Amino acid sequence: MFKRILIGIAILVAVATIGLFALAWRPAIKPIDPRSAGIFPQALIAQGEMLAFAGNCASCHTTPGAQTFTGGLAFPTPFGTVYSTNITPDPETGIGRWSEEAFTRALHEGVARDGSHLYPVFPFDHFTKIRDDDVKALYAYFMTREALKATAQRNTVPFPLNIRAVQAGWKLLFFHEGVYQPDTARSDAWNRGAYLAEGLAHCAACHTPRNALGASKSEADDYSGAMINGWFAPALTSANTAPLPWTQDELYLYLRNGATALHGVAAGSMSEVVHDSLSRLPDADVQAITVYFSDMNQSATLAARSGETLAKAMQTSGLGATQELDAGAAVYLTACAACHYNSGSMPAMIRPELALNSALTAADPTNLIQVVLHGVSRKDGIPGVLMPGFARALSDADIANLSAYLRRTRTDRPAWKDLDATIAAIRKEADAS
Amino acid sequence: MIAFQLNGRAISVDATDDTPLLWVIRDIAGLKGTKFGCGIGMCGACTVHIDGRAIRACITSVSAVADAAITTIEGLDPNGQHPLQKAWVKTQAPQCGYCQSGQIMQAATLLKDFPNPTDADINAIMGGNLCRCMAYARIRRAIKMAAEELGTAKTHG
Repeated sequence: MFKRILIGIAILVAVATIGLFALAWRPAIKPIDPRSAGIFPQALIAQGEMLAFAGNCASCHTTPGAQTFTGGLAFPTPFGTVYSTNITPDPETGIGRWSEEAFTRALHEGVARDGSHLYPVFPFDHFTKIRDDDVKALYAYFMTREALKATAQRNTVPFPLNIRAVQAGWKLLFFHEGVYQPDTARSDAWNRGAYLAEGLAHCAACHTPRNALGASKSEADDYSGAMINGWFAPALTSANTAPLPWTQDELYLYLRNGATALHGVAAGSMSEVVHDSLSRLPDADVQAITVYFSDMNQSATLAARSGETLAKAMQTSGLGATQELDAGAAVYLTACAACHYNSGSMPAMIRPELALNSALTAADPTNLIQVVLHGVSRKDGIPGVLMPGFARALSDADIANLSAYLRRTRTDRPAWKDLDATIAAIRKEADAS
Repeated sequence: MIAFQLNGRAISVDATDDTPLLWVIRDIAGLKGTKFGCGIGMCGACTVHIDGRAIRACITSVSAVADAAITTIEGLDPNGQHPLQKAWVKTQAPQCGYCQSGQIMQAATLLKDFPNPTDADINAIMGGNLCRCMAYARIRRAIKMAAEELGTAKTHG
């Protein structure tokens, strides 16, 4: 009897394994002679270049200081470290032997030329939405880059997750394959914005929280904000905590220039998105993205109280310069006020107004602490404007006092908890990297 | 090598990335007008301009200013005749003088952003520039005097 049960289980396991592999199996696509990739029209290559910037491909496929698109950047995930690959047309270590068909399958289905499943660190769940004509342009662009030799580092994903076939299970659960389908009830600009944001620009990769298996949470959580690379990527829905609404105009100024007077500057990964990616998109495309998100965040309905909110914020700007008996106020006056103080009815863009900044209103103090510790470089935020970091100047207690003080005097939100621990953790993380 | 502009001249220094800009200005470029006070950005004595804006040089690493244009007190005006410098002399603002270059550099940015500063504006923006001689009343007077000259120059110029 016992033996029969054992045999039964063994058969079930075997069938399940065979089933998984049958489900997972993808054929290899025949390698091509790199010289036969074809001659591409200049206009198609140019279009591909713009799209490669929209997708910010270089950001993940380049290690700082190394040559563009040679890969090797480490992506530590809860499941091990995955390294980006060389996407130059080098025949041995890059994608030089990939046909257009193989390239398309990688973007649309997350399957490499040899038939192995790619890890979802590569955002094929977004790239699946890219139209074929745009994939063609991207292929033309990448196949005409300089072929550079760079072997991908081995991933450290442990058994059994390192069996690529297991990814097929992940796809079955979370992956919705298919090119973007326009919503005919919406304007062309809205659809263009949605196409770019949901597809190539993969905004949700940072702004949507992930579940325990690294996939986007349920649809209700789309764009509700998430921690990424040591920063908090704010919600892009009406749940965004910025005191003033992100109207289409504000989004446009921010995405085009990296800063607005009423919201502050782009820092961290978002600065890179603004200055290294979106900066290469035509105006109409950036406008389209703002049409899409200003609809999503319902800013039009939130705009009514803006005048009141702005006036209130401007009133708090002078706080800290008077004789307040508060350790946080003392730090603010000596370290911050010279650059951040505003007066009158409008803040100056070059003097980012803290009372209007979502770093102060977010549920988590991470972004504020990141900026206080590490500053904002001349290439981030407003290009050419520097904020020095205070990592070596201020103690954890100083920064905790300052953060608590700003939160208390500039927002109506509850005090942040565990400031000291958060500051120490962010400091440690920065020292380690 | 890290290259940038210092008072309008190209300079290239061989220093580790995290060397404070203040050390480069004083010890490598030899410009001693900018002072070391606290070393942690809390006193303002080391204030210089980076691309035209007042910043504490002691907490700014030299790598952060690659390709930037730095102006120190020596470069604020070719003849030392910036309206603030003239007002400083006229009001006899400094006592020991140690903080004054930082005060003047910070005040120059203040006047750029607030051409007619109120006392509240001055208190908030100059609050990070300490003066151990307590010359604050004269410093404020000098800033307002310079604001007036700059305003007049604009009206008639």
